[in-house]
Amino acid sequence: MRSLVLLITLLAGCRPPADSPVRVTYWEKWSGTEAAAMQAVVDQFNQSQDRIVVEFLSLSNVDRKTIVATAGGDPPDVAGLWLNNVYSFADRNALTPLDEFMADTNWLARYVPVYADMCRYRDRTWAVVSAAAVTGLHWNKRLFREAGLDPDRPPRTRAELDEYAAKLTKRDPQTGAITQLGFLPQEPNWFVWAYPQWFGGRYWDGQAITLAGQTEWLRWVESYSRRYGLEQIKTFSSGFGNFNSPQNPFLAGKVAMVVQGVWMNSFIERFAPGLEYGVAAWPAEQPGFAMADADLLVIPRGAKHPREAWEFIQFVASHNPHAKSRDELRGGELLCFLQQKNSPLRDWSPFFTTQHPHPHIRVFRQLAESPNAIHIPKLGIWEEYRRELLMAFDAVRLLTRTPEEAVAFADERMRASWELHRRSLERRR
Amino acid sequence: MTTFERANLRNGLLFCLPWLIGLSVFTLYPVVASLFYSFCDYSVLQAPVWSGTENYRRMWGDKVFWLSLKNTLFFAGLSLPLGMAVALALALLLNTGVRGLPVFRTIFYLPSIVPIVASSMLWLWIFNGQFGLLNSFLRPVLGSATPAWLADPQWAKPALVLMSLWGVGNSMVIYLAGLQNVPGELYEAAAIDGAGVWRKFWHVTLPLISPVIYFNLIMGIIGSLQVFTTVFAMTGGADGNPARSTLFYALYLFSTAFYDLRMGYACAMAWVLFVVIVVLTVVATKLMEKRVHYAS
Repeated sequence: MRSLVLLITLLAGCRPPADSPVRVTYWEKWSGTEAAAMQAVVDQFNQSQDRIVVEFLSLSNVDRKTIVATAGGDPPDVAGLWLNNVYSFADRNALTPLDEFMADTNWLARYVPVYADMCRYRDRTWAVVSAAAVTGLHWNKRLFREAGLDPDRPPRTRAELDEYAAKLTKRDPQTGAITQLGFLPQEPNWFVWAYPQWFGGRYWDGQAITLAGQTEWLRWVESYSRRYGLEQIKTFSSGFGNFNSPQNPFLAGKVAMVVQGVWMNSFIERFAPGLEYGVAAWPAEQPGFAMADADLLVIPRGAKHPREAWEFIQFVASHNPHAKSRDELRGGELLCFLQQKNSPLRDWSPFFTTQHPHPHIRVFRQLAESPNAIHIPKLGIWEEYRRELLMAFDAVRLLTRTPEEAVAFADERMRASWELHRRSLERRR
Repeated sequence: MTTFERANLRNGLLFCLPWLIGLSVFTLYPVVASLFYSFCDYSVLQAPVWSGTENYRRMWGDKVFWLSLKNTLFFAGLSLPLGMAVALALALLLNTGVRGLPVFRTIFYLPSIVPIVASSMLWLWIFNGQFGLLNSFLRPVLGSATPAWLADPQWAKPALVLMSLWGVGNSMVIYLAGLQNVPGELYEAAAIDGAGVWRKFWHVTLPLISPVIYFNLIMGIIGSLQVFTTVFAMTGGADGNPARSTLFYALYLFSTAFYDLRMGYACAMAWVLFVVIVVLTVVATKLMEKRVHYAS
């Protein structure tokens, strides 16, 4: 009898009292300074009210862990996914549509159009942007000066890019080995997927894959391997270190121009302080061409506290429009300030605009607002498509396939994959 | 059955129960489930939908599937015989009664206990085209024609084969145990009959360690067809860089399941790999049947 009383007492003790705060679990991909920045926003949210406590967990492979947890019926309440995941997860019914939480239909209008657009898919909102990013051409001004180029005038077209690249390339006079490259299409290879669109192409037309015949971008890739010598490029680039190190080829002055994102400045400050560089749009026929990306917050299907999760998401999507000091920064603006990124919001507070740690933040703001800013196509098989484009790129860059062969191969695979995906969607309709 | 035997059976089963439960829940159930899923359209995130033999039919026309199988067979076909020969050669050297045998044995075995990711990082540097140790040895001979190894689609697979030899310690230890079990009087008898070193090896050593060779062969077939971690760590993910030249079967299976979210197709691939391994094992067993001698 005594043990029964003890058991009841214990069980009663386990139940949270009625007024205790709801615990919202939040999984995020970042580590290091970027995680610390998010932790600061989470702390700010937790202190701003007493009904909800967000528990922030930074972990690797957040996408795969979210898949497994969602499939197992115990997902986090909020997950910070990559943009590459969102449409694929939405097609597989892994996300909670957010429209019903939004107070009005104009809720997304707070964002710069390119960021608002990435949250929408199949007439619904699946995600909300936390930190924004946009990429542009970064050039090393010292190397420009050494090559006799105007350090304040970046290349504006692809023809100019190739011309500058040639001028910025140096070889050892004795061995002929490359000692400095102006530009290298695979450095880094993160944005290869955007090359077809950079060349004016399209990935699909809403119905079918439209990659066939788009060989121009690959011919350009091939031209670099032929012009500078495949073996010589291989030898030279095997001396490149990790992105996150002082041996990063741009930071080490081995490659004079790279396409990189707004995050690059924090790496420059850490590994190559004093590097003199500029930022501009991708050199293209379309003015202001740039590629936007973002970190997105979603509520996985089956989350225990979707309403409370939404309150937190809303906090991250907000800011203090009148902030005049670091302490007055709030929500997403604090996050983007600490991560040295551009804010996805249309409106920036005075402090954020004038005191941002990134010296070129205005350029990034313009790039994100450009009508020619693009983001990944909204396709449920995008992850596969993106890797297939990378494979085509690699095959041509390494001269193992002609541009025509590589495009035909990728197109055939993606059409088959799309057909399979379409059938899969129909089966579940 | 006596009461004592029954009690013994009950106790025995009770002791085995944790293991039996573990085996059924974590091995048997997933294996059976994967067979079912291989006939389904299944993304992990949604309930599986029966799709008949679609996954298996699709595999037939999937060029990347065949490429991954080809790459894997190439790797296994090179690394397995080479690895077995190197392991046996090392074991023979260590079995010559060399002084400080335990020290050498430890040294040769050491690479097998180094974490795979750590040894992969080490080999990344050995294979580096510009600063790599390997090319610094080759440069005096080949000049500027040294391969870029992992950055070159032609040399990436041979590089991985070369690296796989570094992990022969395991099978070497097994060979060594086998060699030490060969009775010395057989060598004496062979010597009296006038056999030299080669004849002793061919007619005494090899037949007597043939069960060990057979064991290492089967384990080698299974292991080399499922190679994953080193390649994943050294080529930067499951894409088989550069240009799918190191896209091995297990890597393609992994990316299909967890990147493309086609778990049904991946399960079908796993079962095909299972059949391939079974067939190769049966073939190896048949070929070895008359050559394996077990001491009565």
